[in-house]
Amino acid sequence: MKETPLSNCERAFLLQAIAERKRLDGRQTYDYRNIKITFGTDYGCCIVELGKTRVLCQVSSEIVTPKMNRPTEGILFFDLAISPMAFPGFEMGRNSELSVKLNRLLERCLRNSKCIDTESLCVAAGEKVWQIRVDLHLLNHEGNIIDAASIAAIAGLCHFRRPDVSVQGEEVTVYTPEERDPVPLSIHHMPICVSFAFFQQGIYLLVDPSEREEWVMDGLLVISMNKHREICTIQSSGGIMLLKEQVLRCSKVAGVKVGEITELIQKALENDKKARKEGGKFGFAESLPEKRITALKMEKSAVDTTDVENKVEKIILDAEPPSRVISKPVVWTEGTAQIGEGQENTWGQLEESEEDDEDEDSAPESPNVEMQTTKKKSLKDDVTMSDSEEDDVVILQPERPSQISH
Amino acid sequence: MEAVGSVLREYGCEQSLLSRPDGSATFLQGDTSVMAGVYGPAEIKVSREIHNKATLEVILRPKTGLPAIQEKNQEQLIRETCESVIIGSLHPRTSITIVLQIVSDAGSLLSCCLNAACMGLMDAGLPMRALFCGVTCAMDNDGTITLDPNFRQQKESRAVLTFAIESTERKVLMMSNRGVYSATELQQCIAAAQIASEKLFQFYRDFIRRRYSKS
Repeated sequence: MKETPLSNCERAFLLQAIAERKRLDGRQTYDYRNIKITFGTDYGCCIVELGKTRVLCQVSSEIVTPKMNRPTEGILFFDLAISPMAFPGFEMGRNSELSVKLNRLLERCLRNSKCIDTESLCVAAGEKVWQIRVDLHLLNHEGNIIDAASIAAIAGLCHFRRPDVSVQGEEVTVYTPEERDPVPLSIHHMPICVSFAFFQQGIYLLVDPSEREEWVMDGLLVISMNKHREICTIQSSGGIMLLKEQVLRCSKVAGVKVGEITELIQKALENDKKARKEGGKFGFAESLPEKRITALKMEKSAVDTTDVENKVEKIILDAEPPSRVISKPVVWTEGTAQIGEGQENTWGQLEESEEDDEDEDSAPESPNVEMQTTKKKSLKDDVTMSDSEEDDVVILQPERPSQISH
Repeated sequence: MEAVGSVLREYGCEQSLLSRPDGSATFLQGDTSVMAGVYGPAEIKVSREIHNKATLEVILRPKTGLPAIQEKNQEQLIRETCESVIIGSLHPRTSITIVLQIVSDAGSLLSCCLNAACMGLMDAGLPMRALFCGVTCAMDNDGTITLDPNFRQQKESRAVLTFAIESTERKVLMMSNRGVYSATELQQCIAAAQIASEKLFQFYRDFIRRRYSKS
């Protein structure tokens, strides 16, 4: 399914609206859409909603051998997968330009900024380190994937707990969550991406572009920053020339936005922690909206399965007894046996089977088969020579002229 | 070998939560959660079109890593179940795509996938001759049947059976199993699943009634 392109009049309308300082969803220039972060029951699992853009994140860990050149550092791996659910234009299995671009940007934002202490992930130098894998799934594409993904990734990493390990000499023990509480990752800072869309060669600027706005934008500037206002990554794409003042103004705006978002993530993490500590309910089931008309939840319900047995007895009584008849095994040759109603292997005897079709009453009994095969073996050379012509068959089999003549 | 009263975990559903797909739903059974997005009927590549019915495609996406054999197998089971209820002949030469994303797995995953798929298809408004639901039964060593088992129950059980049951005559559309069980136990599981399906179909009914209510 192809993605529906934007029509010219839609494009003109959007650009005109932007020129009039209006946005279709009623936002102001520097406004973000609503951000909602929900954590799942597993550690390191969260869904981030940025307006209607939705990203699912799952962090997982595994013990692997480290890279040769960095024997004491753990490995961070990011994979942002654009699910075919997200938008119709996406094709499965193809590493699209968009996904490569997003993955690279995410890696630069989170791995190269050294926000995770990779040395603390080392178990035994040169032998065993933790590999932290961050899987991100884009579920719904309504613009600004990278911001949503970076929020999801950092929230997932903050939420994640890896199993505790202990090293005694050569022996490495990994403890289950029941034995020892899992430990959180050590996170130095939280870089978050903020996107700026430029229109009309940089005259107009919008924060957090929606999908429609992304269609008509000329250039995109992504600034990745932490709450200490340190820039971790900056990327300008789309090929527009930006002035120094514009970049500085964007970084100022980014600083404010990052502060707000960081606070939100920390609040969400705290809420989840509190809910877990108090033994209350948490997870996605709790985040299901109750008042919405398109959502409904049922409490635990008992199912009465007491009469199942009686019912089953009846069904089994009604059913015909399974046939237990197994005929005597037939031994064709030494070391083989056959049960049931099969016949001898007729592979490689295509010509004979054709011939058998011709005379309808031929149901070769087992002793006959062997006779026939020996007979046909002698004829075989001639038969292969002429398998399509029926006249030739007549010549080869003078003992059955009456059947073929009809 | 007595089948005692069993408990379905709390279940919930939300429809139309994604803006891009034609139909979407998320289905929760306890802590298990699956999200479904349905696209269709939509245009299709000529090489894949079927001249007298719609081409159905099911994509199941695991939470971590790439789809493996297990996911492919489940995709096929779900596809065949959906194919038997969707009236594809009404939309020939089109494609219907169901994308299922595992959000969290805490047992009875396949049945949750089936329920999410059915809810997604309903939301997309695709013509179906019947609805279907998925029910998972786990059997202990002493033959006790647990409906809708969680991860631990599923692991400790002797056999796990998943059924897809249709709504009109409560017939079994699909079954998938693991473990050892007798013919009697199979019939017991089917009967139990049919009773559990009543609950689920009642939930479907309540859900749709609520959604299309005026107030």
